[in-house]
Formats: sequence, structure tokens, C-alpha cells
Amino acid sequence: MKDPDSKKKFKDSVNEIWRSVFRHGYKDTPRNRILQIISNVWLHLHPAQVREHGTKIRFTWCMGGITFFIFLFETITGILLMFYYTPDVNKAYADTMDLMYVVPFGRLLRNCHRWGAHAMVITVSIHMLRVFLTGSYKAPRRFNWVMGVFLLVITFLLSFTGYLLPWDQLGYWAITVGMNMAGATPFLGHEGPFAQVLGMTANNDVRFALMGGSTIAAPALLRAYVWHCIGIPLIAAALMMVHFWRIRKDGGISGRL
Amino acid sequence: MEISRQKIESVELEDDRVFTWPTLVVKEFLAAIFVTVGLLFYSYFVDAPLREISDPGQAENPAKAPWYFAGLQEQLVYFDPWYAGVVLPSIIVLGLILLPYLDNNPKGNGYFTFKERKFAIPVFVSGYVFWYVLVYIGTALRGPFWTFFWPWEKWTHDFPTPPPLHNLSLPWGIALLVGFYGIGYAIPLFVKRDFFRNMGIIRYALTLGLLLTMIGTVGKMILRLAFNVKYIIETSVINI
Repeated sequence: MKDPDSKKKFKDSVNEIWRSVFRHGYKDTPRNRILQIISNVWLHLHPAQVREHGTKIRFTWCMGGITFFIFLFETITGILLMFYYTPDVNKAYADTMDLMYVVPFGRLLRNCHRWGAHAMVITVSIHMLRVFLTGSYKAPRRFNWVMGVFLLVITFLLSFTGYLLPWDQLGYWAITVGMNMAGATPFLGHEGPFAQVLGMTANNDVRFALMGGSTIAAPALLRAYVWHCIGIPLIAAALMMVHFWRIRKDGGISGRL
Repeated sequence: MEISRQKIESVELEDDRVFTWPTLVVKEFLAAIFVTVGLLFYSYFVDAPLREISDPGQAENPAKAPWYFAGLQEQLVYFDPWYAGVVLPSIIVLGLILLPYLDNNPKGNGYFTFKERKFAIPVFVSGYVFWYVLVYIGTALRGPFWTFFWPWEKWTHDFPTPPPLHNLSLPWGIALLVGFYGIGYAIPLFVKRDFFRNMGIIRYALTLGLLLTMIGTVGKMILRLAFNVKYIIETSVINI
């Protein structure tokens, strides 16, 4: 760089590339702080400014954000697990064993996914407790609380459908417990009260619909897999969009008026 | 195009607002890193459970639901599956959905306070704690045949036969149930008139209904544990 202009040219070209990616300058100015948020597709979920108490961990406990982050974490580890796992009763258990003993980092991957799932159930329930204790479900955020309740249920279902997939004794019998309860649904389950009213048997009740059969077998495994990997995550994503969008529309983070 | 060269502008912020970047974004980023590192660290040292290949002919004893449903499974001791596994969780979810519409106390919106919400907080927190107590019992303290063992006891198949259970006779059972809800609905009317006046009849009916069902669920557990009552109402179609 002997040319005295070359330094400036180099800087300009770097700047040009920077400007092609980010829609704001690099320097820390109030204007750029705002643009960082509103000109970034991921960050513009946030408003450019927030009320100070809303950034305090002692107020939010950070639990909603962490729950969302674990959802993303589970999505990534889940996609990687899907490369190695086949939802077939003859292969599922062997694939899981391979993940634990053969696949490089497979054990870490599966452990992360499993513990992340447990962590998500815990964080989402602590998030609910925080929202309750701060009274943040009150008007105008009432409907967003309802969305949150749906997301809580969705989190349980995501974790529950994943439980069967290793096709081991633990998952098999846990799902058996759950499915027997479904079979006891009033009116809709063949072992529930008033089952005769709608003519429910083991071959046409709600338990049959969930398992694709009257016992937990190949169709049940496939259903658990499809719900776990596609169906419920899509519903969760749709509900999360509403949940996050409503936070903004309902006036941002709750606080003293 | 000279944005990056501008001097610090003076920007007036409304009330107590701060810039999201970096105040909030930094914390979120750090939280994400901590969670990732924490999960990786934990996963490195602790293996996810994996038992033998599933065998429909070889039932696990005890067969346990995932821990977050173990509280409901624990309720199977006290109720039939239609209630413990379906109706009770549905009532809980319904109650949670209705919560913002039932709680018409305008105070305590957006900040921690106990003083201004002396009814809502104890009710919700006791339900919340109760859920986790049941989860703990179901997960940690139930051994073979769903027998209760203290944490310091070893799980064995050699436990004393539980005492026989009996049912209340139908008239008594119905009287108990109707009496419980009837008196439960009536008490606040006499003791705390404001409670009803503030809520209006629909809110009052729903709130008390949910609250009494919560208390009644615990009450049934006490009847079972202390008096060996299996059903308070036993009919050919439905048992409670």
C-alpha cells in the first residue's frame, strides 16, 4: 500500500461491503443504535427503544427469551438428529444406539436435544410464573396470555411426542401411560365414561386416532415422529409469531403506567 | 451517506426508555451463550436416559409418564383416569385461559406486588406449587406398583398390603359433593360481599367453580389418604 490513496480506497471498499450487508453505519451513534434494530430483520422484533425496567433480569427473569432460544436450539439439534434417525420400529432403537456409541458427537447431540427439551419445559413454566406475578396478563395483554397458555401446552406436547422416538422401554411405557389416559376421555375414549353414547371401541376412539392403531406400534411411532418434527413445531412457530407480535402491539413490555 | 461520521446527535428519549441496542440485545446475547454453554456442559457429563429396546410384553414397573405429566399420573391414585388424565388437565388449561378474564383487579398490572393482589397470588402460587409437589411425588417417590417410598427408603416389591378402600354410599356422596360446592359458593356471599359485587355473577361463578375444584381435588386426596375412601360417588357409568 504505497499509494497514499490506497488506504482510503481499501477503507472505502470495506465500507462498501459493510454497507451492502448492513443498512447502517458502524460507528456507535444514537442514530445507528436505532438503525441496528429497525433495519435488521431479526432484531426488528424489538422496538428501537425499550423501557429501562424491561431490560432488567430481575424483572423479566429472561425466561421467555430463553424459552424461545431453546426452541431454536432444539430445532437445530433436532434437524441434525433427523439425519441419523429413522422412524421405523426396526431401526429407531438401533439408530438411537448408533447416536450414542457410533456417530461422532452423536451422544452430545442427543444429550443436548434431550436436556434442552427438559430445560424448555422448565423455563416456559417459570416464564408463566413471572408473567403471572407481575400481573402482565391483565388488559391489554389478556389475549397474549391465552396465546402463552397454548404455547405452554404445545411445549408439553413437543416434549411428549419426542419421548417415544428412541423406542426404548422408558418412552414406550411412558407413552402407554399417556395413551391409556387418552383412552379414558369421556365420550371420546373407549374406556372413558359415556363411551357407549358415541359407540366408542378400541378401534375408533380418540386413542386410536392418536396412535394410528389400538396398540403402540409402527403407526404410532411414525405419528409421534411427524407430529414432533413437523406438525407441532409449525403450530408452535405460528403461535410464537402471534405471541411476539402481540407483545409489541399491546404496548411492549409490561410495566407501571 | 456520511452517517458513520456524524457527531453524537442529541436524541430525546421518552420517559425511561433506553436503546434496545445495546442495552437489551447484549443481555439476550449473553443469555443465549450461557444457555448454550450450560446445555453443552451438562450434556457432556450427563447422558440422556436410554433403556432396553421397547417390549410390549415386558411392562416397566413402575411405568412412568414424563416428569411434567407425573403429577397427573400421581392423581390416578385418587381419581379415575378420565378425571386425572383428561378432565383435570383440561380444567387447568381452561382455568389458565380464563384467568385474565376472571381477574378484574386493575391493580398490580406490570410490576411485582403482593399487597395489591392478596387473592390472586396465593391461589395461583398454591396451584403452581401443588403441581410441582405432585410432579415430585410421582417422579421420585413412587416405586413398583406405584407404591409410595420416602427418598431414604429403598424400592422393594416387599411392602405391606395397602389397607382396603371403601366407597361412600351414593346419597352421602352426592350430599357431600353438592354440599361442598353449595357451601363453597355461599361462603363468600356472607363473609365477603364485596368479592361478589366486584366480580359480577359470571366471573364469580367461574372463579369459585375453578377454585372449589382445585380445593376439592386436594380434599379428595385427603379423604383417600386419611379415610381410605376410593370413590365419593360410584355409579355404573361414572365414578368420582
